[in-house]
Amino acid sequence: MFGTLSRSSKLTLLALLVLAILPPIFIWTGNSFYVDLATRLVILAIAAVSLNLILGYGGMISFGHAAYLGIGAYAVGIPAHHELYGGFEAIASFGGFTHIFLAVGISALFALITGAICLRTKGVYFIMITMAFAQMLYYLLVSLDEYGADDGLVIDARSEFPLINLDNSLQLYFVCLASLAAAMLIVRTVVHSRFGMVLQGAKGNEERMTSLGYNVYAYRLVAYVISGAMCGFAGALLGNFTTFISPEMMAWSRSGELMFMVILGGVATTLGPLLGSAAFIIIEEAFSSYTIYWHLPFGLMLMAVVLYTNGGIMGMKFKWRSPSAEKGTQENGTK
Amino acid sequence: MSSILEMKDLRKSYGGVTATDGVSLSVEKNILHAIIGPNGAGKTTLISLLSGAVKPDGGKIFFAGKDITSQPAYSRAKVGISRSYQITSLIMSMSVLDNVALAIQARSGHSFKFIKPAKSLTKIRSEALNILKQIGLADRAEDLTSNLSHGEHRLVEIAIALASNAQCMMLDEPMAGLGPEESVRMIAFIKQLKGSRTILLIEHDMDAVFALADTISVLVYGKIIATGSPDEIRNNEAVRHAYLGEE
Repeated sequence: MFGTLSRSSKLTLLALLVLAILPPIFIWTGNSFYVDLATRLVILAIAAVSLNLILGYGGMISFGHAAYLGIGAYAVGIPAHHELYGGFEAIASFGGFTHIFLAVGISALFALITGAICLRTKGVYFIMITMAFAQMLYYLLVSLDEYGADDGLVIDARSEFPLINLDNSLQLYFVCLASLAAAMLIVRTVVHSRFGMVLQGAKGNEERMTSLGYNVYAYRLVAYVISGAMCGFAGALLGNFTTFISPEMMAWSRSGELMFMVILGGVATTLGPLLGSAAFIIIEEAFSSYTIYWHLPFGLMLMAVVLYTNGGIMGMKFKWRSPSAEKGTQENGTK
Repeated sequence: MSSILEMKDLRKSYGGVTATDGVSLSVEKNILHAIIGPNGAGKTTLISLLSGAVKPDGGKIFFAGKDITSQPAYSRAKVGISRSYQITSLIMSMSVLDNVALAIQARSGHSFKFIKPAKSLTKIRSEALNILKQIGLADRAEDLTSNLSHGEHRLVEIAIALASNAQCMMLDEPMAGLGPEESVRMIAFIKQLKGSRTILLIEHDMDAVFALADTISVLVYGKIIATGSPDEIRNNEAVRHAYLGEE
């Protein structure tokens, strides 16, 4: 049944398979700490996959994507907080579906409102204004004493779902992994659809797409909303994983890390964001126990990847395999 | 004959430079109307005004009797105006076929369709391939557009204009940078397009213009100084002085 799949699809399935096999082995061998690491990796990968839709395929360099991680996490923490301590009856709940509805809905709304404004700008201005909106949200939450201000808020109970218990680390992990697979499938389907062709065409040549009759702004805005909603979902998972939320989750440096992951892994590829977040988590884990300056090797690696490969880790692979594909990846990466 | 495209007193300046200085012109339906003029006469600006890429400072544009002056560029394509570019403007990161397919996709309603793979839509793909066959680029269909030669890029520009199937096609110097053989091919191809649609042709190549045009307008310093049949233009004193004489 895999005969009809392209090589990159096979690689993606292989990567997901590895991710499905490793954590049970970790638990079996008594290294349950690595399950936590893998959970964080998978959640960040979902966020990176969502960012890749607009950054990689759409050419929209959003520097405020961590805002959606924050919105998603607070959409778990705030209803749980009210359920426990009273107040704000309308949203007070431990229910997982309520949390996810709020996480995705508010993220989509935030993306719609800010995107409608941000997408009127281009280039550096777009980068700055997306970051500015994320920072506004950051400072809003810093100022809310009810939810712990900048100390953050402990989530006392995880989202409740029928049949699934998120307090079980392996179950939580597989929920995250299934979500990652779904997110990759959604983005892959969308970018290959007619909508995706328009999105990628607008990245390559906006003027041409406009003169063909495409309202580029509207297509970009829809992609922006899809991406935000997806990242909000990742945020809800992150809240359940850490059981602690703070404005720090949506600081601009977090948005930068998400961008690093996408660029390091390879923009506009299905597997790239996952490879990028894996590299990020592994480097962080390997170096942060030796030095607090672990960002330094990470930064050097990012520079090396940007300078010497054509399109991140995925680009390296293509460089080895076929010189003709290299040019294509480069065009994708620079346009 | 009825006119399809009308310009009334169009004006556009960039800083102190007047690129379009009160142009009033009516283009008749289903003819090939060429606009010639020396470098810097404002020919490309005129096309950009008509396609909506540039907003005029004053004046009106009518298409098929409707005022389209304030319509955004993307909706002008919907009413039937397409353009090609003097400086090749393709989506270099996509295949040749994708470039043409996007033009066909554009005229079949909105593209907020998220599920079906675009490459599985055989109707669009085969129509795009047919157009590439017509212009002799079928064997390059799957190649990355950036890997094509300049001459091939010019042909893809025409293929896209053709794929958009517009009532009114504006071709901005399709012959620019082509070798003699490629020019002959291009002229033959534009000849095929004549008759069934309105073509507004901007061109430097005088042989091409006189071989193709039904009507010629001469633009000098943003003003139309003459409009007429190729013979009338050839024998027009003002045109000879302003333009042909300097050749």
